[in-house]
Amino acid sequence: MDSNKFTSAGAAHQNTTRQSNVDLKLKLNKFKMLPVTVEFSGGAELLCGNVKKHDVDLPGQQNKWQIRNLLVWIKDNLIQERPELFLLGDTVRPGILVLINDADWELMGELDYELQEKDRIVFISTLHGG
Amino acid sequence: MEESFSIEKLQEKLKEKIKEVERLKHLLKDLKESSCEPDLLRPKTECCRLQNLGPVANLTKGDIERYSRQLILPEFGVKGQVKLQSTSVLIVGAGGLGCPAAVYLAAAGIGRLGVVDYDEVELSNLHRQILHTSDRVGLSKSLSIVRSCYRLNSNVEYVPYHLQLSSENALGIIKQYDIVLDATDNVATRYLLNDACVLAQKPLVSGSALRFEGQLTVYNNNGGPCYRCLFPQPPPPESVTNCSEGGVIGVVPGIIGSMQALEAIKIASGIGSSYNQRMLLFDALDGTFRSVKLRPRSPACIVCGNDPSITQLVDYVQFCGSAASDKDQELSVLDQQFRINVKEYQAMLSRREPHLLLDVRPEVEMDICQLPHSSLNIPFATFNRDISKATRQVLQGIKDLARENQDSQHQQENSKSIDGTFMQLSHEEGNHRKKPSENDKFIPIDTPAVVCVCRRGNDSQVVVKKLQEELKMQLSQGELDRNQPDIKFVDIKGGLHAWARHVDSQFPIY
Ligand SMILES: [Zn+2]
Repeated sequence: MDSNKFTSAGAAHQNTTRQSNVDLKLKLNKFKMLPVTVEFSGGAELLCGNVKKHDVDLPGQQNKWQIRNLLVWIKDNLIQERPELFLLGDTVRPGILVLINDADWELMGELDYELQEKDRIVFISTLHGG
Repeated sequence: MEESFSIEKLQEKLKEKIKEVERLKHLLKDLKESSCEPDLLRPKTECCRLQNLGPVANLTKGDIERYSRQLILPEFGVKGQVKLQSTSVLIVGAGGLGCPAAVYLAAAGIGRLGVVDYDEVELSNLHRQILHTSDRVGLSKSLSIVRSCYRLNSNVEYVPYHLQLSSENALGIIKQYDIVLDATDNVATRYLLNDACVLAQKPLVSGSALRFEGQLTVYNNNGGPCYRCLFPQPPPPESVTNCSEGGVIGVVPGIIGSMQALEAIKIASGIGSSYNQRMLLFDALDGTFRSVKLRPRSPACIVCGNDPSITQLVDYVQFCGSAASDKDQELSVLDQQFRINVKEYQAMLSRREPHLLLDVRPEVEMDICQLPHSSLNIPFATFNRDISKATRQVLQGIKDLARENQDSQHQQENSKSIDGTFMQLSHEEGNHRKKPSENDKFIPIDTPAVVCVCRRGNDSQVVVKKLQEELKMQLSQGELDRNQPDIKFVDIKGGLHAWARHVDSQFPIY
């Protein structure tokens, strides 16, 4: 609309509205979905319907996604049976190795690691057969 | 009746003995024909002192010709060969990993090769444990391996150990070797081997395989982490699957075992391993090899850390809560009153007692063999995934069966009636039938017993227990009619394996 029609006060008001629209957009951007790949192997895939690779969009949230949140999300959204064979307390059960982009999660900060777009998180149940 | 039963039994026994005699004849013939040294005919059953493996000064003419194709590799050369021939390797586990590892180490000319296994060759081993042969079923695995390797390369010194590695004997044996290969099949022995290798300061080349996947790491080498650095806590026993339960494609341990031999050869010859602080993940279904970086040695590790609390071997079976073998464990979660043995089930079948046979094996196994009675297949996994759905399916199966029985009853009104159910026969003989109701929540009064079966009689117990608990819960929540009779669930002790052993010797065992 023609801004000349507004009083100076109105113009000022409009400006602030515009400003907050930008803020909102920025905020929406911050909350956008986070695409990551979650993989299971070594038998851990049997807990999620025998599907190994899951390309998922994590819902946008105010705080950054950390592995600790991802674990809960996985338990609620991907694990179909016996969640106790995936999680123990707030971390993975003994015998599951977590890889973040092909590196042991211990090298990456474990539960505190902040997920980035396109990260690949792998949960490997160690094998013992021979 | 009693007498014919015992004749049957005797005939069965006789058959077994004849088989045994045949097997012994085979073994004897094999032993007579083999040109093995006496040591290779008698495996060691305890730790014993070996003479030091002297350093090799020169290669003989025979050596040079035999190993020529690796001698001309600049990375390996005569230097590598001489080191290899001065090195001793201990393979723990003479199975799917141990066989390919042993054959390549022997072929390459390792100085001394020790092979530890407490087990004997079985027919179901042969698809992956490729150094054993059909006529060696029943022979010690460690003996079988070294005799196959001896034919390939008699220059190697072989030491077969027919024993279970334990906290008592492990250090004594391991101390006498330079490199150790973990080719075992169970968690407890893996922790035992790790700790022993840390205490004896030996590199541990560790392999494992299951289904279509394999893993490989070298522990405790060049300052890298040990198994406990990675896995301070053992996995819960119920999360651990072995090859006889989960299955395995033979080539997968073949590939991982070969890689173990390769890494051992690289360490022995001075090239060094590529898998210190790294793990190889092989996925045969995807056809992918992935190598991932592991954490470094943990200063807090209780065995290899800066202030270790484990300074001698402990009780690993207790630590892991699981046995130091991959033999099938017999569960006992169900009360005896809810169990029948295979003979009792056979009698049920011959009395034609109506019952629902609930087979809880995975779908794929239903194609292998089934008991001679129509069955409802609801895989064990379904009971874990969705117990209420599985229970609904079972209840539906009972209803269908009751209706069928009712129909056939009407048709043969005058013929001898197959009265009563298993449940009724055992508790309330001569009960009169009522028509099945159309009400979904109603279970007919002449409910057949549910007989639950699986391969070995473990899952079947768990399922019966789960069904009993679920129905009890549904009853208490008013989801089921309170007036309906209890459904008697039983499981068949020992499952199909027991059926094959005690009822039908022609029934396949897998
Ligand atoms: Zn350690």
